[in-house]
Amino acid sequence: MATDYTHIILADDDEDDRMFFTDAFEELKMSVKVSTYNDGVYLMDYLNQEDATLPNILFLDLNMPRKSGMECLKEIKENPKYKDIVIAIYSTSASEEDIENTFVKGANIYIKKPSDFKILKKVLSNVVTTNWQYHTNGLNKDNFLLRL
Amino acid sequence: MKLFIKFDFNTVCNVVLKEKLDALDVDYEMLSFGEVVFLENISDEKHQEFIDALAPYGIEIVEDHKSILVQKIKDAITDMVYNSDTEVHVKSSVYLSEKLGHSYGYLSNLFSEVTYTSVENFIILQKIEYTKQLIISENKSLTEIAFQLNYSSVAHLSTQFKNTTGITPSAFQRIIAKRREENN
Repeated sequence: MATDYTHIILADDDEDDRMFFTDAFEELKMSVKVSTYNDGVYLMDYLNQEDATLPNILFLDLNMPRKSGMECLKEIKENPKYKDIVIAIYSTSASEEDIENTFVKGANIYIKKPSDFKILKKVLSNVVTTNWQYHTNGLNKDNFLLRL
Repeated sequence: MKLFIKFDFNTVCNVVLKEKLDALDVDYEMLSFGEVVFLENISDEKHQEFIDALAPYGIEIVEDHKSILVQKIKDAITDMVYNSDTEVHVKSSVYLSEKLGHSYGYLSNLFSEVTYTSVENFIILQKIEYTKQLIISENKSLTEIAFQLNYSSVAHLSTQFKNTTGITPSAFQRIIAKRREENN
């Protein structure tokens, strides 16, 4: 784990949420590299570049202008190029319908955005650790479902 | 007077390494640069002595035996979980220390140090992954699975599943079934 970092991308239109997110990782001192995009269009533009470094885990806000998290999820799942990316939905919604629907559409993780910074750190470290376990132990990612 | 010195890094290291190995008084062989094989079993004291002798030169032994042992622990656990119907039912701590020939305390500390997670958590993770697999591919009921994996009750398995994944076993089953429907 010391030499190998986890590449993480967040797409979220809320500036505070983006800052909250990167600050949390900074304090966690895990071996991660975090980049953020301001909406779904910027995100997909990046991912669709030929030489883009694909993230290990992609965090998607659901409500974004121009292109929503759900639209991104759909596009990503339709393209085999992205099959190894673990998708984490990162949303303020806690509706059971939203949650189940995103899982059905192929998301691996559903996170209800915590308002407490300490809880956010705990949640994010749980995500990275669980992902790492799936990765290093060769577990079946099709069965990777996690709700936090 | 000022001198300019040129030195060959590889030669320096090899000479130091050879000197320290000879001082250790064991049979050894130096392979290509950076690899040493001991031709006899060396005691922990000798091993430590060797580490200490190299330390002042900034030479370190890459502690690979740790990751090898961790892999053995993982394999043993996976084996235990996936063959739980045939394996003798002993406590996992007893099983691991007997199988790997180290005390459970040692194994458990080493495991946490290298993987950043505990042996207990790893066992739960494997059991829950196996449960998922059994739910999906063999269509087994939770009651059958709980019995097969030696849970004291269905409720215990169900709670552990929810605590680990955040969703209930039935929601998991429903989601996977819907995913398959959509993909067909």
